[in-house]
Amino acid sequence: MDTSGWIGVASIVMAGLTIAIGSIGPALGEARAASQALAAIAQQPDEASTITRTLFVSLAMIESTAIYCFVVSMILLFANPFWNAVTP
Amino acid sequence: MISISPDEWVIWSWHGYDLTATVVFTWVVMAVLVLAARLLAGRLTDDETPSRWQNVVEVLVVTVRDQIREASGQEPGRYVPFIGTLFLFIATCNLLAVVPGFEPPTGSLSTTTALALCVLAAVPLYGITQRGLWAYLKGYLTPTPFMLPFNVLGEFTRTIALAIRLYGNVMSGTVIVAILLTLTPFVFPLVMQLLGLLTGMIQAYIFAVLATVYIASASRSAEQTRARPAPSEAAENP
Repeated sequence: MDTSGWIGVASIVMAGLTIAIGSIGPALGEARAASQALAAIAQQPDEASTITRTLFVSLAMIESTAIYCFVVSMILLFANPFWNAVTP
Repeated sequence: MISISPDEWVIWSWHGYDLTATVVFTWVVMAVLVLAARLLAGRLTDDETPSRWQNVVEVLVVTVRDQIREASGQEPGRYVPFIGTLFLFIATCNLLAVVPGFEPPTGSLSTTTALALCVLAAVPLYGITQRGLWAYLKGYLTPTPFMLPFNVLGEFTRTIALAIRLYGNVMSGTVIVAILLTLTPFVFPLVMQLLGLLTGMIQAYIFAVLATVYIASASRSAEQTRARPAPSEAAENP
């Protein structure tokens, strides 16, 4: 297989693996955060607005890692510099 | 080919300088915001019953002030222009994304990097004007001088994280809709656009809250207690 074939295979395989493995961690982390927030609201219903706001901020922070993986995957598929270099 | 950024859509080229869609759509958002400000807040009065447009503006401003006060633990006066503008700009960009033909400028890494650099510059600006140069620089040595490289590195990594978080969320929304339009063009792109609206609003709020937290942590003096005003006091003097 020539160079462009290797680059194509590597890009596609890694794009899939990146997003697949990269979303496991944030999903588990967000599940923990949400369950703790629900327990906290059940314990102190008066503070529900503060807890909800903090929960959303935390979810966005935890989601960041999944977003990084998604951006890398998109770059590999649609803006791949190595692919653009070897194809005419 | 699906382009993942409005940077690649060149609207006009002049002597080698490209006018990209990012810049043009930023002008559109600027025009919308200025027009809205002129119309909604053109005539502000002190009457007992202000007009409905003044009510809208008051609700916006009071909400932003309350959120800044709760996120930073300080009086919100000096932060409202910067944080409020950040939130309004990003929220408008993401809201207008459902208009057909509109590419949100926050879906381009250039715009989000520019916004994150504004926050990066605002942190020492606010810190030095409030605490003085020495007190601000000493903040890098807390809690121990051993943390100096980590604090400095942290400044840059959280700027990069701000930019990529906003870019990733908005770009993923537009790319998902574009891909679904080629696969199942009837109901699913609409559902994904709904999700894109929700995440756009949340990301605008997150960007503003994180900017507030970074600026406030650099401006908070060591002696200042973190006592928050009671909710009744906050309602009486917003």
